[in-house]
Amino acid sequence: MVNPVKNNTFFRVFIGVGVFWLLFAGCAQTIPEQALQLSKESLEHRQLQTRRFHTDEKTLLSASASVLQDLGFNINESETELGVIVGSKQRDATSPSQVVGAVVVVLLTGVMPPIDKEQLIRASLVTRPIHIHETDPSKCRTAVRITFQRIVSNSQGQITRREGICEAKIYQAFFDKLAQSLFLEAHEI
Amino acid sequence: MKRKQLFTTALLFALIFLGSCAPSYHQILATKESQVKLRAIQTRAFDATDKDKMLRTVIATLQDLGFIVDKADHVLGAVSGTKLNQYTLRMTVSVRPRGDTQLLVRANAQYNITAVENPEPYQQFFDALSKAVFLSAHPVD
Repeated sequence: MVNPVKNNTFFRVFIGVGVFWLLFAGCAQTIPEQALQLSKESLEHRQLQTRRFHTDEKTLLSASASVLQDLGFNINESETELGVIVGSKQRDATSPSQVVGAVVVVLLTGVMPPIDKEQLIRASLVTRPIHIHETDPSKCRTAVRITFQRIVSNSQGQITRREGICEAKIYQAFFDKLAQSLFLEAHEI
Repeated sequence: MKRKQLFTTALLFALIFLGSCAPSYHQILATKESQVKLRAIQTRAFDATDKDKMLRTVIATLQDLGFIVDKADHVLGAVSGTKLNQYTLRMTVSVRPRGDTQLLVRANAQYNITAVENPEPYQQFFDALSKAVFLSAHPVD
């Protein structure tokens, strides 16, 4: 048999610890040490996300805005003086493998687990003049860097993922489209 | 009797817990540090005068640190960015002239739902910015 007095003390301590945990849990959020530190990968990411084009900044910006529109992004913000365009789009985020997994869980337990449902994709594009030629735009050189992020939420509306995109293929494909857009605009198609 | 004791203890803890909380709207103007101290840790002066170039360098530095730029305003001299890495780090950086020879750069950051008020992260940010502008950052009194 458990001693009733001992049991009571144990219970009080348990509640006390619980309450203090609740009190201090809110204070535990601190910024990770590496959050604002240049990482080893930062140079690699810069190269991945940057391309140079033989054109002036204004032309490159408008061609970039067209590509973002081609890809279904809505322009949220733009500051041409600083060469910034920000766009976003909301899309489906269901992945077949996750759905299959969920179906298996439903069959075994009868409870539907939450699966990824929607994602907010954000793109931020920044141009930087490298060489400016006053009269001939084709002698100008401008760099453009684009960065993508996404926020994925599940069928219960909770955020499951918040991440920057580092896949080389994505950036390569974007710049291919941008090169094509510049070509089209140069020929006014 | 025991149940009563237990109830009293729970009530006491609940009171301590609730008593420690001000109404949540106090957050609107809440800071942990003083205004002067916050400015000191969030601001640096650079020996440069080209605001446009500084703003573009701030944008490039934010991108290098994994932020995506959300907003930029040339007239206000303000740039905001967000970094997502399973956490949300939002940062606003402003650039304004200080006299005829210097530019003041101020940064403030928010990590998930808390303000970043310790000096180290800002020092790291200004270190990265100094490298990018090839200038040293002076503390501001």
